[in-house]
Amino acid sequence: MQTNDHILQAIRIEKTFPGTRALDKVDFHLRRGEVHALLGENGAGKSTLIKCLTGAYRRDGGAILLDDAEVDPRDTFEAQTLGIGTVYQEVNLLANLTVAENLFLGRQPRRFGMVDVSAMNRRAQELLADYELDIDVTRDLASYSVAIQQVVAIARAVDLSGKVLILDEPTASLDAHEVAMLFRIVRRLKARGLGIIFVTHFLEQVYEVSDRITVLRNGQLVGTRETANLDRRELIAMMIGRELAAEIHAPRAQAQEGPLRYRFRNYGRKGRVRPFDLDVRAGEVVGMAGLLGSGRTETAELLFGAHRADSGEAEIDGRAVDLSSPRAAIRHRFGFCPEDRKTSGIIGDLSVRENIVLALQARRGWTRPIARADQNRLADHYIRALDIRTADREKPIKLLSGGNQQKAILARWLATEPEFLILDEPTRGIDVGAHAEIVKLIEALREKGLSLIVVSSEIEELVAYSTRIIVLRDRAHVAELDGNRITAHQIVEAIAATNERRTS
Amino acid sequence: MIATIRLYFNRLLPQLIALGVIIVAVSLVFPGFLNLEIQNDRLYGSLIDILNRGAPVVLLAIGMTVVIATKGIDLSVGAVMAICGATAAACITSGHSVAATLLITLAVGILCGLWNGVLVAVLDIQPIIATLVLMVAGRGIAQLITEGAILTFNDPGLAFIGSGSFAGLPMPVVIWLVFGVLIAMLVRRTALGMLIEAIGVNRQASTLSGVLTPVLLIAAYVLSGLCAAIAGIIAAADIRGADANNAGLWLELDAILSVVVGGTSLLGGRFSIAASVLGAIIIQAINTGILLSGFPPEFNLIIKAAIIVFILVLQSPRFRTAFSFLVPARGASKPSERAAK
Repeated sequence: MQTNDHILQAIRIEKTFPGTRALDKVDFHLRRGEVHALLGENGAGKSTLIKCLTGAYRRDGGAILLDDAEVDPRDTFEAQTLGIGTVYQEVNLLANLTVAENLFLGRQPRRFGMVDVSAMNRRAQELLADYELDIDVTRDLASYSVAIQQVVAIARAVDLSGKVLILDEPTASLDAHEVAMLFRIVRRLKARGLGIIFVTHFLEQVYEVSDRITVLRNGQLVGTRETANLDRRELIAMMIGRELAAEIHAPRAQAQEGPLRYRFRNYGRKGRVRPFDLDVRAGEVVGMAGLLGSGRTETAELLFGAHRADSGEAEIDGRAVDLSSPRAAIRHRFGFCPEDRKTSGIIGDLSVRENIVLALQARRGWTRPIARADQNRLADHYIRALDIRTADREKPIKLLSGGNQQKAILARWLATEPEFLILDEPTRGIDVGAHAEIVKLIEALREKGLSLIVVSSEIEELVAYSTRIIVLRDRAHVAELDGNRITAHQIVEAIAATNERRTS
Repeated sequence: MIATIRLYFNRLLPQLIALGVIIVAVSLVFPGFLNLEIQNDRLYGSLIDILNRGAPVVLLAIGMTVVIATKGIDLSVGAVMAICGATAAACITSGHSVAATLLITLAVGILCGLWNGVLVAVLDIQPIIATLVLMVAGRGIAQLITEGAILTFNDPGLAFIGSGSFAGLPMPVVIWLVFGVLIAMLVRRTALGMLIEAIGVNRQASTLSGVLTPVLLIAAYVLSGLCAAIAGIIAAADIRGADANNAGLWLELDAILSVVVGGTSLLGGRFSIAASVLGAIIIQAINTGILLSGFPPEFNLIIKAAIIVFILVLQSPRFRTAFSFLVPARGASKPSERAAK
């Protein structure tokens, strides 16, 4: 065994939570100077393994070797001093401190017992120069984009630790340019001999940047392979154990055009999205494409009344309606799955059952409670119909994986029997299996005659289920594609074309 | 049904154990503690005394539980007690009937709650700051009503609320028992309880799901104001006078403590009114127990603090996981699951 080129080895790691075996004797070997992708469906054990490596969890069994010496980090701080640094999806820094303060928090250079601010700022500038980042380090971290915050977090982690860098879904909220920048940095760190563990849901990125891939499933090691020798279909099969890949890219069913139901005229709100016209028929899926910040989410929120429109009017079946609040929209049988599941979707401490009945109960009003037996029936029905994986309906929803939380929120709206469903990034951050199921559900709902608006950053996914696509740019609706023009190529063209027109 | 009762019992178990331990401990030091006797068709004894003395805090704790469940807090309840006590005394001494006095006083309490609720729900001010306003201003308002003096009255009808008895129990005990059961039924037999918990856990997600968030938030503070009004009437009726400076002084802290001892998280969400009522009784039992046990009074506060720290440690998640084999999990796992492990 060529142990000496391994910087980090995890041997037969075990971790048990009440009711589940999160890690079952998992082996993981990280070489010096490699980018090692750690993949698996939600709930496969990726986060648990990471947390065992960084000491955030105490493992129940197994050994961790760093540079061939056994280590036993008790907390993330100890892991950091040993050389294992972690950067999480949600940047774990203090947004209201300056960039320099964030970089040197807890170890500020001192002079006469006071923090030497100018030395700190100078060293911060030098440190970030290594990352092609020339920014004003005296400004608050919050004033920079998530991508830059991410780089600052990486700089801090590498500076503190310097042997192993764990990136836990670092690209989830970055756009293509920012991802490219991040990957340049990752390659540079790799050249410096760091071992980098990369956790993500984006398979393209795995193929772009990683050298080897380890796949976990249901807490067990499926295998570790060289990225170059593993084709995508095989990888997906390893991750989900079945061939769902074909279903995601199944050809789009021909749309059965229903009657025109929803008309929005000159609908907009200052500072959020420019006034737009939008018609939606029954049995239609309207996809919203565009870059981050193009006004997709703002459009979705406006349609649902999460923000009040300050211009234009809305009509349903030819009658003018008021959609000034979520309650008003819900009265007209609207439903809305927000982009940020954690802050605006799930009610974390409440049970799966309560999360599912919430919208229906809210619409009925507090004086007409849904009988417990009916709640149970409703919850069980959707847990079965959408294959929500939970021990039972009384489990707090925050303990479910992302994909299952998303299905529960979809169930919350389906329980209200909606006619107009707005889904903002319904497949973000969820595993391949749940992803395919949600795509299938969107198709099934369309066939039942619902009208859907779906916002997504994944263009191929939009192509798969949309009957029409609206392209957004700079907070305005700029193009509409339908029929044969719905292809990934055309969408990219539309985004780029409008881009050129604007800049010229 | 049996499962529901067991869940309920499991939820209240730590509080029942704590109360039991305190009662046993005090009765060892003070043998007459458990004695009950009937005089003039009314029960007397230390245990009854605890229920009676604890009435204001129990009532405040009922309202406070609902407010805390929405992730809020109501610091003004002590001051609202003073305002309402002063209002009641002023009304009765200026010749209003008992019924009119009660109605006016309850309306004043509701108004105070409305003020807090609007600050929190409509103007989006943090609850601790929003209610601090009335906490500070309230005693001033009460002093204005009593014109700086202690306003005494002799109306036997109003005094009955503080010192009368009904069905063998002191009137304050009857009031909080009936009111507590009513409110508990109101929140659990309707969907109010669940909607309030949803708001407390995630206000934004609740609003997006169509929950009428501002109205429910205001309702929570109104309930708290109403509870403070009843507590204020009882306190004033008990001493047949309104003391703007001392009525309800620091009781907001006892009420918050009752809710915490009752196991409702200050972060909002899951709540139990019964557990908070038990929490208030526990605190009163400690107070009475220390007095009866004959400790020098200067020890009282320290002993009280020590006991409360002990109860809170019992409830802490870390302690629970460390000693999970001793303390039954709070309704989290069913017997079948435990057997499966």
